[in-house]
Amino acid sequence: MLKIDDLRVSLEEEEKQIIKGLSLSINPGEVHAIMGPNGSGKSTLSSVLAGKDGYIVDSGTVKYDGSDLLETEVEKRAALGVFMAFQYPIEIPGVGNMNFLRTALNSQRKTRGQEELNAADFLKLVRSIAKDLEISDEMMKRPVNVGASGGEKKRNEILQMCLLEPKFVILDETDSGLDVDAMKLVSKGVNSFSSSSRSFLVITHYQRLLNYIVPDFVHIMVDGRIVKTGDKSLALHVEETGYKNFLQLGKEKH
Amino acid sequence: MTDNYEVRDVIDKETLSTVKSVGDSYKYGFSTDIETEYAPLGLNEDIVRLISKKNNEPNWMLDWRLKAFNRWKKLKQPDWALLKIPEIDFQNQYYYARPANMKEKPKSLDEVEPKLLETYSKLGIPLTEQKKLAGVVEGVSIADPENRKVAVDAVFDSVSVGTTFKDELKSAGVLFCSISEAIQEYPDLVKKYLGSVVPISDNFFACLNAAVFSDGSFVYIPEGVRCPMELSTYFRINAENTGQFERTLIIADNNAYVSYLEGCTAPQRDESQLHAAVVELVILEKAEIKYSTVQNWFPGDENGIGGIYNFVTKRADCRGKNSKVMWTQVETGSAITWKYPSCVLKGDNSSGEFYSIAITNNMQQADTGTKMIHLGKNTKSRIVSKGISAGKAQNTYRGLVQIGGRSQHSRNFTQCDSLLIGNKCGAHTVPYIEVNNSSARAEHEATTSKVDEDQLFYCMQRGIGEEDAVALIVNGFCKEVLQALPMEFAMEAQKLVAISLEGSVG
Repeated sequence: MLKIDDLRVSLEEEEKQIIKGLSLSINPGEVHAIMGPNGSGKSTLSSVLAGKDGYIVDSGTVKYDGSDLLETEVEKRAALGVFMAFQYPIEIPGVGNMNFLRTALNSQRKTRGQEELNAADFLKLVRSIAKDLEISDEMMKRPVNVGASGGEKKRNEILQMCLLEPKFVILDETDSGLDVDAMKLVSKGVNSFSSSSRSFLVITHYQRLLNYIVPDFVHIMVDGRIVKTGDKSLALHVEETGYKNFLQLGKEKH
Repeated sequence: MTDNYEVRDVIDKETLSTVKSVGDSYKYGFSTDIETEYAPLGLNEDIVRLISKKNNEPNWMLDWRLKAFNRWKKLKQPDWALLKIPEIDFQNQYYYARPANMKEKPKSLDEVEPKLLETYSKLGIPLTEQKKLAGVVEGVSIADPENRKVAVDAVFDSVSVGTTFKDELKSAGVLFCSISEAIQEYPDLVKKYLGSVVPISDNFFACLNAAVFSDGSFVYIPEGVRCPMELSTYFRINAENTGQFERTLIIADNNAYVSYLEGCTAPQRDESQLHAAVVELVILEKAEIKYSTVQNWFPGDENGIGGIYNFVTKRADCRGKNSKVMWTQVETGSAITWKYPSCVLKGDNSSGEFYSIAITNNMQQADTGTKMIHLGKNTKSRIVSKGISAGKAQNTYRGLVQIGGRSQHSRNFTQCDSLLIGNKCGAHTVPYIEVNNSSARAEHEATTSKVDEDQLFYCMQRGIGEEDAVALIVNGFCKEVLQALPMEFAMEAQKLVAISLEGSVG
């Protein structure tokens, strides 16, 4: 599904390489977690995969379903099934949630050559998803993320995910700022959405989210590259010993 | 979720897809090939007499015009606005143009030249008395539970070509016709109110208008009548090198109500054209007028060639106690906009509201805002202004809030937000606040922001293309004002917002 090969990425504004030769292969149905200390390049990786401006790809390739992801426009990536749940979901004043969701869904459908969803079917769909995530009607009427708490914003991201039905989902520090109840709710949403054809890349600083969203693979990222890969027990190991042993690994590779 | 909410939602979406289907950025740039009769070039007393004669005006009207003309000769064009106005040669303009076959005014719509009707239908303004809405975006169908009708007065260059639903309105007591007709049919009303809100010598452009205005709309809502439908005037400049000077006079008598819409377009031409209109609103006791404008004159091309110079004086006089006025404007067109719809709050407890969206792109310049003059006690005013600049455009909000010494316990609230797209444009806010008594209160809030890269990325990551994303964000920014518009205008306005900003990103 996704194949990253020796990816190197710098910041556009300063000549500083953040990702320094990263390779990763994700098959359909797999859940991969990337853990790492602050500044290791986790969020840069998710931004580059989603297509955010401000980064220069120095070398390497990213293939998604056989096509060159890095050459694909941002909105096209979305239509092809790439979804990123934002660490800090963006507020858009004056734009109602429903309007935003419907515009997004139908834009994607249009790009894929599918018929747009009519208002009635759309409402039915959104309401059923919102109900599962315990998102109130009142919240759905508000402008996108405006005046929402951290937990509400993250639930909103998961709602968008369930509605847009992507094939490859990046959860960028989705656990940050969540209390246990909110984390359970978000995880429930993710787990009920996962299937044998969908893949997840879970980016997190802490292990606790991985108690709820159980990964098939855990990668430790230090200083722009993956220094260790293991199963879910690796995450528990990190929880106990911290990242300090891995920092050394990162240096040795230089 | 309320039904109303869902309808709105549908429109937003339809709007976005309509925008995509619009090929040219200025959709109304076509011209109608029709034989046109001009007055001789330039401006002098003879021209003023000629215009008066063409309209078969009584002597008192001619005298009024001549007085204005003599006054105008002594006035100087104002230069205080933040506008770079190329020198206007007032002698190199035509002051009167009408389709040749309009010599005899058509008695009914059936007699109107088909080419003219075609022009309006191309603009989306059907001059038929079907249950259609003015200015409705083609291809957009909405549930219309009330089957709302809109009566239209269509002004083509210097003359009104027809007014719909006249008879139906008349049976409700509402007078709706062209001002040239009103001067002949209802001289007492016209004499009483014309120039009573915007006096002849009010300002340079208003004075010019008083001398040479050729047509416009007249509305009188008698005491206690709630106008049974929305009224609208659609202004179209077609002839080349011709100024349009229309005059609108609306009177809402005691306890009357009317909602009035105004739309405007012009062909795409390399020469700039002058538009200097005057709108006077008279609101008596407990009466209310809502006046909405979607101004979409040709803005000039991306290098600033051509476009309409729009110098407009609009003022509402809340004469009666508890009277109300609401101005809503969406300004997307014109090369230059100089316009300050104002409210004079004379009656105690009267209130004035001003909602404005001004969008400038490419080389457009706008200096627009409002004046709230509080004279009566307990008067209230509210100003919500949203300025959006893109390209190399300059956008200025200029507003005056004046609370007089006798205007006890009056209140004003002003909110002025500016949004910048790109880094070559400018936004300016020039508020004047004068409060002359201690029981009054004026609040002013202002913000300036840029279309945020993060917002754009967020939308695009969800699959929304860049131009749709900008349209969505800007429409969100303007929401408060768009909601103040009647439904059918809100749709057109949303569409316009998107079209005006095409090509402003990327």
